[in-house]
Amino acid sequence: MDLWFTELHTPDVKLSIKVDRQIYTGRSEFQRIDVFESKEFGRFLVLDGYMMLTERDEFIYHEMMTHVPMAVHPKVRNVLVIGGGDGGVVRELCRYDTIERIDLCEIDELVVEVCKAHLPSTACRLEDDRVEVHYEDGLRYIRRFENAYDLIIVDSTDPFGPGEGLFTREFYGNCFKALREDGIMVNQHESPFYENDAVAMQRAHKRIVESFPISRVFQAHIPTYPSGHWLFGFASKRYHPVQDLDAAAWNLRGLGCRYYNTKLHVGAFALPSYVEELLREVE
Amino acid sequence: MQLSLQDRAPIAEALDRFRRNRVVPFDVPGHKRGKGNPELTAFLGERCMQLDVNSMKPLDNLVHPVSVIREAEELAADAFGAAHAFFMVGGTTSSVQAMILSTVGRGDKIILPRNVHRSVMGALILTGAHPIYVNPQTDDRLGISLGMKVEDVRAAIEAHPDAKAVFLNNPTYYGICSNLRAVTEMAHAAGMRVLVDEAHGTHFYFSDRLPLSAMAAGADMASVSMHKSGGSLTQSSMLLIGPGMSEGYVRQIINLTQTTSGSYLLLSSLDLSRKRLALHGEEIFSRVIAIAQYAREEINAIGDYDAFSRELIDGDSVFDFDVTKLSVNTLAVGLAGIEVYDILRDEYDIQVEFGDIGNFLAYISVGDRRQDIERLVSALAEIRRRYKRPRVGMLSQEYIHPQVVMTPQDAFYANKESLPLEATEGRISAEFVMCYPPGIPILTPGERITGEILRYIAYAREKGCSLTGSEDPATAHLNVIR
Repeated sequence: MDLWFTELHTPDVKLSIKVDRQIYTGRSEFQRIDVFESKEFGRFLVLDGYMMLTERDEFIYHEMMTHVPMAVHPKVRNVLVIGGGDGGVVRELCRYDTIERIDLCEIDELVVEVCKAHLPSTACRLEDDRVEVHYEDGLRYIRRFENAYDLIIVDSTDPFGPGEGLFTREFYGNCFKALREDGIMVNQHESPFYENDAVAMQRAHKRIVESFPISRVFQAHIPTYPSGHWLFGFASKRYHPVQDLDAAAWNLRGLGCRYYNTKLHVGAFALPSYVEELLREVE
Repeated sequence: MQLSLQDRAPIAEALDRFRRNRVVPFDVPGHKRGKGNPELTAFLGERCMQLDVNSMKPLDNLVHPVSVIREAEELAADAFGAAHAFFMVGGTTSSVQAMILSTVGRGDKIILPRNVHRSVMGALILTGAHPIYVNPQTDDRLGISLGMKVEDVRAAIEAHPDAKAVFLNNPTYYGICSNLRAVTEMAHAAGMRVLVDEAHGTHFYFSDRLPLSAMAAGADMASVSMHKSGGSLTQSSMLLIGPGMSEGYVRQIINLTQTTSGSYLLLSSLDLSRKRLALHGEEIFSRVIAIAQYAREEINAIGDYDAFSRELIDGDSVFDFDVTKLSVNTLAVGLAGIEVYDILRDEYDIQVEFGDIGNFLAYISVGDRRQDIERLVSALAEIRRRYKRPRVGMLSQEYIHPQVVMTPQDAFYANKESLPLEATEGRISAEFVMCYPPGIPILTPGERITGEILRYIAYAREKGCSLTGSEDPATAHLNVIR
């Protein structure tokens, strides 16, 4: 059998993964949801035809979204995750016993149900006592909070679908308001490589710079995302992502990550010159 | 309405048939189905260029419709409850002007509220009619003009029994309706025609949860902007007439100024939009009402903003309110409506319909998604957090009763001179000054320029409204009667 999943990374570039079988397909109010199984990447989640995560490389994304801010902020108690219905970020957060409460705001209930049923390796901690899942538009959810969270993690889809509102100035501004005076926001920041992704990346960066006093970008290598080169945003009211890194304290926790470590933390903020240039253009 | 006939779209169907026949064009337009202008074709799409064709036998002719355009107009008339419907390709401006040109001639009087669209003023210059203005009441708290009081219209009719027509907005830009039925009955009893600008009221014809439509109220003519709430292409419009009007005469009037090359893109968009409204209008506008209501509740929950609605209804100058309109008063945030309008566009990439001194209006339609409403509400919350300042120095929009000294036509064509704006006090204006948006005149030709008017102009300019209408594009000079 020769069955392939293909995603266009640009109109002229595509990535294909050989599919062993389709595990699930369905349509929610917001999007089409598919789960496939493959030999190379294990199971993978696809929303509206776009690859969201694979079992094989999701650890890179979820560890970088979570441990970078957790190694900087000394006392994270309340966390809000926006998007991230697959549960990967929540799984990483649950490894910290000092976190008291995790709110997960996901617009699409079906994504959570499908991941619980078919992607247990990421959705495994969604039943943790500290986790509360809210099925709501992230932009609507965040409006009512002021000075409420230490950390907000924006684990959104691309800015061309239901996730569009999570790349706007009104969203980042409301996140600023919802954070405590030393709060941190980390967001999925798109890729600098292909032109359309780079434009979305610049727009997001511009909007964050306008909303937060400290705004830095860090990177990781994610094989199944377009170009493999992916960025994250670190926006903060007080802490600097590198100067305020407390490597000793984090290492004492003994969490043992597969991708993240505190040396890589510092290096991840060192960006290629062309990326620095793209960011400078909008700062 | 005969629902079973409404799933037809005669113009669109004829265009489809024509396209399939692959007729070789040796007629205009010269782009020949787009082949002669590849860049434009790539930009607009091949399909669009193929549909841009000329009047011909299988496609009828807008100047004198006898086949598919006529059928489409008859279906539209049935859908809107009119005696006849004219498809218009010059915007609702052309519909409004056709109403006035059909009913009032040189020296005739027409009773109208001041808050009419600029197209009405243009028609007054063309006909030479004499305007009798009725004070549209003003809501001092919101700084917006409302509808006409029935008593004020009665007084105008009694004072000017020779007037030929009464003109009304149904609704205003802000969604406010006068007592259309009462005014219509009164005007008809006095032998006057009733003309209704329904540029913002197309949807009234397709929901019983919305204010009364002009045709249902027995009005003689109504202009409906199908391209606003009706979903057709920009610049397409419809003129509706009641049984008391002569279709042939109105057609003659329309043909005085309308193009002889009516666009089939516009005509087919009217045809298909009418079909959609007739078949699904009720459900569509129920959704729009729900979206607008949700947005109002969320905006009012932010604090300071006032997304006003039916609570304004007072049985007279606000006889009814169009709940699909999302008008928001911003004065308590300490910002002018136009300032919020600008911040929304410049900083949040959100374009709303207009901003005036105290309010902005977000146009809600069936094309809106819930997540877009969330963006608007969140941006407003952010604007309040970032910009809120005390409510000081906020002059609201006062009604300035115009002193009409001569007809707009006489003044417009009179000998005139250009003076610096500040030197015009006491003189008679020979031209328009509008504050745009929302395009309601501050001065029209033939009116006396007062100190109050000059102060208002300065204020509107300071608040970022764009002033238009005068010969001097900067409105630093004004033409006055010599």
